[in-house]
Amino acid sequence: MALSRLSSRSTTLLQPLATAAFPTSLRRRHISTDTTPITVETSLPFTTHLVEPPSRAVETSSEELLSFFRDMALMRRMEIAADSLYKAKLIRGFCHLYDGQEAVAIGMEAAITRRDAIITSYRDHCTFLGRGGGLFEAFSELMGRTTGCSKGKGGSMHFYKKDASFYGGHGIVGAQAPLGCGLAFAQKYSKEEAVTFTLYGDGAANQGQLFEALNIAALWDLPAVLVCENNHYGMGTAEWRSAKSPAYFKRGDYVPGLKVDGMDALAVKQACKFAKEYALKNGPIILEMDTYRYHGHSMSDPGSTYRTRDEISGVRQVRDPIDRVRKLIISHDIATEKELKDMEKEVRKDVDAAVAQAKESPIPKPSELFTNIYVKGFGSESFGADRKELRKCRHTKIISSLSTEQTQA
Amino acid sequence: MSAIIHGAGAATALTTFNSKKLVAPCRTNLPARSKRCIVVAGSDDASKSFGSSSVLSVRRPQKLIANAVATKTDTSATTGHELLLFEALQEGLEEEMDRDPHVCVMGEDVGHYGGSYKVTKGLADKFGDLRVLDTPICENAFTGMGIGAAMTGLRPVIEGMNMGFLLLAFNQISNNCGMLHYTSGGQFTIPVVIRGPGGVGRQLGAEHSQRLESYFQSIPGIQMVACSTPYNAKGLMKAAIRSENPVILFEHVLLYNLKEKIPDDDYICNLEEAEMVRPGEHITILTYSRMRYHVMQAAKTLVNKGYDPEVIDIRSLKPFDLYTIGNSVKKTHRVLIVEECMRTGGIGASLTAAINENFHDYLDAPVMCLSSQDVPTPYAGTLEEWTVVQPAQIVTAVEQLCQ
Repeated sequence: MALSRLSSRSTTLLQPLATAAFPTSLRRRHISTDTTPITVETSLPFTTHLVEPPSRAVETSSEELLSFFRDMALMRRMEIAADSLYKAKLIRGFCHLYDGQEAVAIGMEAAITRRDAIITSYRDHCTFLGRGGGLFEAFSELMGRTTGCSKGKGGSMHFYKKDASFYGGHGIVGAQAPLGCGLAFAQKYSKEEAVTFTLYGDGAANQGQLFEALNIAALWDLPAVLVCENNHYGMGTAEWRSAKSPAYFKRGDYVPGLKVDGMDALAVKQACKFAKEYALKNGPIILEMDTYRYHGHSMSDPGSTYRTRDEISGVRQVRDPIDRVRKLIISHDIATEKELKDMEKEVRKDVDAAVAQAKESPIPKPSELFTNIYVKGFGSESFGADRKELRKCRHTKIISSLSTEQTQA
Repeated sequence: MSAIIHGAGAATALTTFNSKKLVAPCRTNLPARSKRCIVVAGSDDASKSFGSSSVLSVRRPQKLIANAVATKTDTSATTGHELLLFEALQEGLEEEMDRDPHVCVMGEDVGHYGGSYKVTKGLADKFGDLRVLDTPICENAFTGMGIGAAMTGLRPVIEGMNMGFLLLAFNQISNNCGMLHYTSGGQFTIPVVIRGPGGVGRQLGAEHSQRLESYFQSIPGIQMVACSTPYNAKGLMKAAIRSENPVILFEHVLLYNLKEKIPDDDYICNLEEAEMVRPGEHITILTYSRMRYHVMQAAKTLVNKGYDPEVIDIRSLKPFDLYTIGNSVKKTHRVLIVEECMRTGGIGASLTAAINENFHDYLDAPVMCLSSQDVPTPYAGTLEEWTVVQPAQIVTAVEQLCQ
């Protein structure tokens, strides 16, 4: 349990909190700007491979803890809203939800800057949010509207945010590993003092391209941090059934690794900070985040055929990342239970508003089918010989057939 | 979207190229359109001779190619310098690397070794190991790496030692290279050039004689070009590097030693344009890469027999330059496609479909397509020769079509 150190400041906080007369907003503002450092110990020690672990004592502040809570609650709410939207058939195709794993996204963001790059797989909604993506853009993209972050053309698995160095969003398992090496290579080439966090799962850890990428990164000392989000199930296959050695942090062999409790946002933050410093000096390092997803692999997977409901509820009771931060906040008297509940309610309202707004957003026009294929669009058609006539009537034929489809749908 | 950007290519500022001239519909304007980008009046004037093979194919002794066209040297050309095709590629690459520090090369043995076909010779000494990167043997990973680097703004030139090896990187090329611009809603551009030698001809065996243009052609979002002369090799290399789209540049193992005189000044070749090799009246022969030379050899025989074939090197495999092709079809009304791709699902198959779809009313005879046999390329020399189209077959086909 967390080592709580009651500073003298917190005892004075007890008095205003107890009085109901104080307006909630005033109290929250007062608390949220408190940046006095609080030191918390991580839940579990770090397990290491070829490297000395960072300290278990993590420096944080009430401002940071509250932001952790709020952001994680937002992510949780967003994923649950996505769940209902999927069941209402407003989100189609694949939808991979991140609830349970929020601490990884949040802790990582707290340790790095927007110049550091993040690239991940298809379970990217919350990572997108962590990088500064908006709820409205996320929901619009999920529902295939033009206001989405990829103009509705990417979908759940293709969220990107270039200005925040978030490189997606990739559907093929493990394909983002070489891309991540490329990002790190570019950072080294351009001599930016930044690192790339390449996230992949325990399922992707068995991909050959991951080892190719590891070799390359280690060979050229690329500033790459490879983060294995080990939620113990590769879709329906448990890790012990797919990996001879599930110690993913050791798989780098000559590349050092660190195993982290991925449900503890502060441990994640500490590990990522450590990894960034390491990678900038020495080259790649592997972080294995021991985490868990409550939902199934995707919305088409109930998630209970290969694991028991007891297991899921057990993890939720004992290791839930939001509850951990909640307990920290309450024990340090940064906020009361009621205030945190109010925060969650506010978050819920924000999410509902974003969903409602996204539902009203326009669907892409049929002509959008042909944009962004090439940079300077000459469309996806070959040139017509008689360009004006032929192209125009083929073009309108396609567009009119598309629009009749849409009105019939 | 509805504005047709024919020949204007990608976003690159073509300083030497006036795209407005291209919109001229009259085909006779063709030589006037660009002073730079066409081989004027057929290939006979340009000097193309096979130098004695000094190509670094370490594995086996060299074979003089006896069945390609040797033409007389042209001494009347303006100032230029003579070089071999692989040197032209190297020159283009070097000029672009000088011009833009974001251009880098990566591939197996491109650096210290100089490249298995010497295309990158000397570049590592000049630009350093980071810009001319020797990768380990992991096509999937280094292709992906190049694409990831391109997402941030670098312009890698990724070399597959043999095009066939890029099959291992197919996922990266298809899903990430081709599609990222689209799935990110236009946020990321992938200005990579993927290049390498392919094709049949050095008795390299089945796995090293593949023609991947047929596999890649349906990937949306990429462009494909095939070079065939030193002039267009350098021009296409430079244009491909400057293009904002991912471009796959197909070279041919047998063509690296072609010699030609190319201009001294800075020029590029349009990526979407076909090349008029020999204007004619009776039949349009569409070809690319090495088959161009078989066609030209057949053309000599055909001319002696009284035919007047129009030979077009399509150069741009994706998208097809249907403008040039269409104008030619409208003139001759007969089409023969000669390609080295496999029969099934090859470039010729797509081109046949495109021509039939667009120019059906102008055809007097069905479109005929001569492709390689649908077989793995055998090792034995004679068998290998018979997997690809030979000039005699081209002559027969033309006679058949022109009846």
